[in-house]
Amino acid sequence: MSSETKQILTTDGIPLEISLKKAERKNKIKAFLLVAPLLLFLIITYIFPIGEMFTRSIDDKMITNMLPKTFKSMETWDGKELPSEEVFASFLSDFKILVEKKEHGKLAQRLNKEKNGFNTITKKLFRQVKRNKIDETQSIKEQIMKVHKRWRNVEYWQAIKRTAPPYTSAKYLKAMDMYLNEDNKITQVSEDRRIHRILWLRTVEVAFFVTVFCFLMGYPIAHLLATLPMKYSNLLMICVLLPFWTSLLVRTASWMILLQQQGVVNDFFVLIGLVSDDNRPEMMYNKVGTYVAMTQILLPFMVLPLYSVMKTISPSLMRAGKSLGGTPFVAFWKVYFPLTIPGIGAGCLLVFILAIGYYITPALVGGASGTLISNQIAYHMKTTLDWSFASAMGLMLLGGVLVIYWLYNKLVGVDNIKLG
Amino acid sequence: MSKNTEFVKFDKVDKSYDGKVLVVKDLNLNISEGEFITMLGPSGSGKTTCLMMLAGFETPTNGEIYLDSNPISNIPPHKRGIGMVFQNYALFPHMTVYENLAFPLRVRKVQKDEIDKKVDKALSMVSLSGFESRMPAQLSGGQQQRVAVARALVFDPAVVLMDEPLGALDKNLRESMQYEIKHIHENIGVTVVYVTHDQGEALTMSNRIAVFNDGKVQQLSSPDKLYEEPVNSFVAEFIGENNTFGGEVTDISKDVCKVKLQNGEILANPVSVTSKGDKTTVSIRPERALINPKDKMDNNQTGKIEEVIYHGDHTRLRLDLLGNKEFILKVPNSSNELDLKLGNEIKVGWNSQDARALDPK
Repeated sequence: MSSETKQILTTDGIPLEISLKKAERKNKIKAFLLVAPLLLFLIITYIFPIGEMFTRSIDDKMITNMLPKTFKSMETWDGKELPSEEVFASFLSDFKILVEKKEHGKLAQRLNKEKNGFNTITKKLFRQVKRNKIDETQSIKEQIMKVHKRWRNVEYWQAIKRTAPPYTSAKYLKAMDMYLNEDNKITQVSEDRRIHRILWLRTVEVAFFVTVFCFLMGYPIAHLLATLPMKYSNLLMICVLLPFWTSLLVRTASWMILLQQQGVVNDFFVLIGLVSDDNRPEMMYNKVGTYVAMTQILLPFMVLPLYSVMKTISPSLMRAGKSLGGTPFVAFWKVYFPLTIPGIGAGCLLVFILAIGYYITPALVGGASGTLISNQIAYHMKTTLDWSFASAMGLMLLGGVLVIYWLYNKLVGVDNIKLG
Repeated sequence: MSKNTEFVKFDKVDKSYDGKVLVVKDLNLNISEGEFITMLGPSGSGKTTCLMMLAGFETPTNGEIYLDSNPISNIPPHKRGIGMVFQNYALFPHMTVYENLAFPLRVRKVQKDEIDKKVDKALSMVSLSGFESRMPAQLSGGQQQRVAVARALVFDPAVVLMDEPLGALDKNLRESMQYEIKHIHENIGVTVVYVTHDQGEALTMSNRIAVFNDGKVQQLSSPDKLYEEPVNSFVAEFIGENNTFGGEVTDISKDVCKVKLQNGEILANPVSVTSKGDKTTVSIRPERALINPKDKMDNNQTGKIEEVIYHGDHTRLRLDLLGNKEFILKVPNSSNELDLKLGNEIKVGWNSQDARALDPK
C-alpha cells in the first residue's frame, strides 16, 4: 500500500477499518466464547499436565532444600581436595535440622541414588548426631571423617555437590541408559544394564512395522470401500468400524484366545498339518503377538483417512489413464497412487503415532520380548513410583512424535494430510 | 482414396447391466473413417454406454464391435488406441499440462524430443502454447477442456471419443468450443464419436447424428435431414421445436394423406402411415407455418393468438389452432406490418409436404 492511499471513511465519517473492527468484534467474541470451553479443557487436561510432567522430570529441588547451607558453602569449593571445615560444619547443621524433622532417611535415599554407599554412612552419622557425640567446639571436619572412612573420600563430597542444582537431566540420561559420572561427563551404563535403549528401538521398530502392515492391508480395503456401490460399501464400512465399537480389552483378549499355543490358530495349523502337535509355534507373548493384535486394532485409523481421500478421486481418472494407453498398473501407479498420498500420509502418521505409545495390547500379548517403552513408563508409574523418570520417558516419547511430525512436514508437507 | 465406411462397426450389440433390462438393444451402427458422428439422446438412452463399450470400459452382453475390421471386445482399453475426452475432463490433477499430454506418449515409450514436439504441436492446435508448466487447477474450465482434447489427440489415435465434453462450460464458451472442436476435426481428419444430450451441439458439429432413445438408434442421418425429415415422432419432438396434431388417416395417396383431427381436417405427408384408419401424429416445424401466406398452400387455417413472446430477433406466437392450444409460430422481426395482438384471429398456412404424418405418440 502506498502512503498516498487515502483513508476510506464510512458515511458517518468513521475510518472504515475501525468501523469494520467494531462491527466484527461481537462476532469475534462470540466465536471465542464458543471455543473457550474446549480451550479451557485442553489447558487443564493437556497443556497443564504436560507442563507438570516436564517440571517433575527435571525437578531436583528436594535435596536443594534439604542442604541449603551446605550447597551455599560448597560454592567456593573447587571439588578436588576434601572440602573445608566450613562445608563440614554447614553440612552438620543442615543434617541436624533434617534429623529433627526425621527427614534424614530421604536424604540418604537420594544421595544413595547418586552414589552407592551413602546409606550406611548417613545412618552412622545419624547415630552419632542422635547421641550428641559430636562436639561443636572441636573441628567438625575431623569428627565427621572419623564416623566412617567414606566421609574421608572426596568422591562422596563430589557426589553431594553434584546434587546441588535444583534441576537435573539425570532422568533423561537414564532413559537413554546413560548417566553423569563423577567428572560431570555423560557416560553409558555397563552393557548388562542397558535396557531402555532396546525398548526405544523396539518401540520404533514395532510402530514402523505395524504402520507398514496397516498400510498394506488398509490400502486395498479403502480402495474397495471407495469403489463399491453404496449398499455393499456401507456393510464393509461397518465391518471396518466394528473394532471401534468393541472394547480394546475384549479385542486383545480375543487375540489371546486365538494366538496362544493351545489356541484356535495353532489348532488349525495342526489340523491342516502345517505344524506338528508337539511343535506348536509361539505366536503370543512375543513380537508376533504384538504385531498381529496391534495391526488389527489400528487398522481403522489407516483405512478411514485413505477412504476419505480415495472417495474424492474420480473414477474417470483411472479410465483416462487406461484409455491413454497406460496398462492398469501404470494407470494405478502414475495416476491413482500419487493422488492417494495425502491419505497415506495421514493414515501412516496416525497409526505410527498411536502405535508408538501403545500400552495395553503389548502389555497383554507382548510378553517379555514384546513390551514397549510405554509399558516401561507404566511400570515406573505404578510399581517403582519413580514418577519423574516416567515423566521424562513420556516427554521423550512426545518429543519423538513431534520430531516425526516435523520430518513429515518437511518431506510431504502438512497441507498434504487429509483426515477426512 | 476410398474411405473405410465401416471403420467402427457395432454389430448387433446388446448391453444389460443387471440381466433384466437391456440398456442397449440390438445396436447396428457403422461409422466411416474421418467422420464426426454424434450420439444424441436423453439421459438413460444408452448413448454413453455405447461409448464406454467402444472405449473398452464396458463389455457388450451380446454382439461384437469392430474397429478397422478387427473385433475389439477382448482387447483391454489401453490396447485399443482410442483417445477419449471425459465429461469432467479427467485431467490428472497432480501433473502439469505438459505431463498430462506427455502421459500417453511416455507409456508408449516415445523418445523425449519426439514427445516435446508432439506436445508442442497438440498445445498449439488448441491455442494453449506456453501453458506447459501450469497445473490443471490453475486453468479455467475452457482451458482444461482444451487440454483434455489435446491429450486425447496427442498420440494420434484413430478414433477419439468425447463424452459430453462441453457439459460443464457456460453457454458462450460452449459455443466457441463447439467450433474449435469442429475445426480441429476438419484439420486432422480423425474419426470422432461424440456423445451429447444437447441437440444444438449435435446439429452444429456433426457429419451424422444417431438419435438414441430407449436403447435404440431412432434415426441416423445428417443434421439437416434429421431436422427437416424426422422419421418418427420421438425424433421430431427431441430435435428442435415442433407442433403436433394427433389424428386418424381418412384418405391416403402416394405423397399426401388426409388426417382427421378432433375438430378439423388437414393434409399431411404420409411418412409412417400406410393405410386408412392409421392413428398418427402430424408434426409441423414452427418456421414452416406462415401467417397470411402469399404463395398458395394446401393447408389454410385460422388461429387465435393466445400469447406473444418477444425474443429479439423473432417473436413467438402461441396460437389456439384446430384445438391445439400450444401451436407455436415464429415471426421474424422484419415482418412488423403484422398486427400481432393477443386475441386476434390470424390466418396460418403450410404445405402438406412439411406436415409429416408420423407414428402416433
